[in-house]
Amino acid sequence: MSDTPLVQLKDISISFGGIKAVDHVSLDLHAGEVVGLLGHNGAGKSTLIKILAGAYKKDSGEIWINGKQAEINSPRDARDHNIETIYQTLALADNLDAASNLFLGRELTSPMGFVDDAKMAAETAKIMARLNPNFKKLKEPVSALSGGQRQSVAIARAVYFNAKILIMDEPTAALGVHETEMVADLIKELKDQGLGIFLISHDTREMMDLCDRVSVMKNGQMVGTERVEDVTEDDILSMIIMGKNPKAAA
Amino acid sequence: MSDIGTETKASEAKREGAFAKFLRETEVDTRLLGMLAALALIWIGFHYYGLFVNGFGAFLTPRNLWNLSVQTSSIGIMATGMVLVIITRHIDLSVGSMLGFIAIIMGTVQVNILPQYLGLGHPMIWIIAIFAGLLMGTLLGAFQGWMIAYGTIPAFIVTLGGLLVWRGAGFLVARGETISPVDATFKLLGGGPFGAIGNTGSWIVGILGCIAVLALIILGRRKRKTFGLPLRPVWAETFLAAIGAGAVIGTTLLMNAYPWPKGIIKKYAAAEGIEVPPEGIFISHGFAIPVLILIGVTIAMTILMTRTKFGRYVYAIGGNPEAAELAGINTRWMTVKIFALMGFLTGIASVVASARLGSATAALGTLDELYVIAAAVIGGTSLAGGVGTIYGAILGALVMQSLQTGMVLIGFDAAIQQVVVGSVLVIAVFLDILYRRNSK
Repeated sequence: MSDTPLVQLKDISISFGGIKAVDHVSLDLHAGEVVGLLGHNGAGKSTLIKILAGAYKKDSGEIWINGKQAEINSPRDARDHNIETIYQTLALADNLDAASNLFLGRELTSPMGFVDDAKMAAETAKIMARLNPNFKKLKEPVSALSGGQRQSVAIARAVYFNAKILIMDEPTAALGVHETEMVADLIKELKDQGLGIFLISHDTREMMDLCDRVSVMKNGQMVGTERVEDVTEDDILSMIIMGKNPKAAA
Repeated sequence: MSDIGTETKASEAKREGAFAKFLRETEVDTRLLGMLAALALIWIGFHYYGLFVNGFGAFLTPRNLWNLSVQTSSIGIMATGMVLVIITRHIDLSVGSMLGFIAIIMGTVQVNILPQYLGLGHPMIWIIAIFAGLLMGTLLGAFQGWMIAYGTIPAFIVTLGGLLVWRGAGFLVARGETISPVDATFKLLGGGPFGAIGNTGSWIVGILGCIAVLALIILGRRKRKTFGLPLRPVWAETFLAAIGAGAVIGTTLLMNAYPWPKGIIKKYAAAEGIEVPPEGIFISHGFAIPVLILIGVTIAMTILMTRTKFGRYVYAIGGNPEAAELAGINTRWMTVKIFALMGFLTGIASVVASARLGSATAALGTLDELYVIAAAVIGGTSLAGGVGTIYGAILGALVMQSLQTGMVLIGFDAAIQQVVVGSVLVIAVFLDILYRRNSK
């Protein structure tokens, strides 16, 4: 783990119509680290990471990537900083096939400037063989795929484009047991490759298992960030419910 | 009894299996087959209805089919643009009025303005007039698109306003008059004996078409091989090539089978100093220029939708606007571009329509928006967004125009025509919904 954090979110705030969705929150992430974000619905977790992903524009605060201040105003800016996001809602165009979704916004083109479907299909087949060997429906629209298959398309997108920073917003919410295990294995593998991962989930046990540190948010504010080996599942739960850090209080 | 019953069922299942296998191996779209079947049914139906009821079948004649091809051009050109608009979950109700307004602008430019400065019949007149029309269409479309994308006014409202505004503006500019006659070269773009490319020209087009079909199949196969993707069996490739080339050659033969009328030949012969033998001279029409324009637009739009990032983004926006936005696509700017393109195509359609009429009237294109939308929807474009093809819209336009022409030929009056066209639209969409439900 290097000394310069991969990502530093400093004093980030955003409000929607008078409601402070994220209220002066700071958080950092190192390479090869998984940081979990926990909290009730509406605690501001998704909003915070959407700011990092370029989907929302922060009102105030700073984002630093690799020790340099970064301006992220659009999803494209985020991608330029090798930030890839897997959204809760999956963010796939249901009517397009896996390859078109994987390369959406970054299509491979022939020298003539036309989209190269055959090449994209071949690349998709290659990466899918690695991530999800059971994946066969390459030519069908993703609406015809199961939740797990759709999730692997979304993950493949992040992996293919060499993400350095990966944001996963409830990646296992729509998945079965087996598929959830597959995603967990993948997260560990990506972490070993040196990616920094922000993981959002409601499943506290899963978070304790996968994350190095967990941060708890409530009502837009940061309750606290703890190393998982320093806290119990009950500590985390009480942070989520009470909005107070028991260790700080003690 | 029961034995026979099961036997037929079994053989039916077997036949079904063979047909399904055929579809899978040729990768032919079942929708496309359905539409072609519906079109064939309409054509044969009108022909034989005419034959039995009126004593003559006028539909399946070179003359009628040639005219049908010309009449389809204007609607077809606009329908290719409407596909994009509807795929991205918008609608454009203003195309008919915009067509009329652009026709008036082009008419004014070439009849009232340019001859003063350039002299009547100057070779630049038609070029400047068309340029003005296409530019006007693009700008009006972009303006509407801008109001929809950045003003966040629903497309239905913006273009409903446009429907009234452009029609009224047309009347204002023309002060209710018909502007004619249009430039002689301009008029050729609307078809007619002189606005067609004749026998030799048509064969050149036909042969180029056959070469294109073969090239597409061979290049596609080579590409799949390069990337190790599954190939169609050779018989399926050969079959598709034969069907494609056969359709091109058949259409060419058909277009060439319609001769110039006697009166035109007499005039032409007199002008050229040729003696007309008593049995007459057979001069083919060949492909009409507006049909060539439609073919060109169809090819360009198909490439745009299937081979460019722009087309991919249109589908993505239609499938999931939020996902498209998160993928870094500027969906608002895309909306402006899509409506600008719709306006540009309306400009082309306006050239064809006013050239065909030989004049510009503010009423030109009345109700065209409904035919254009119907053509796109019958052609399989889903109003829920995300789904639609250019070739489908062209077939849809052909279906709409065939119904219209067919009913005129068998002598149905305007009231019945409206009832039939309206009903067909609703039934077609219902069948489409059933088809999608079953294919899921």
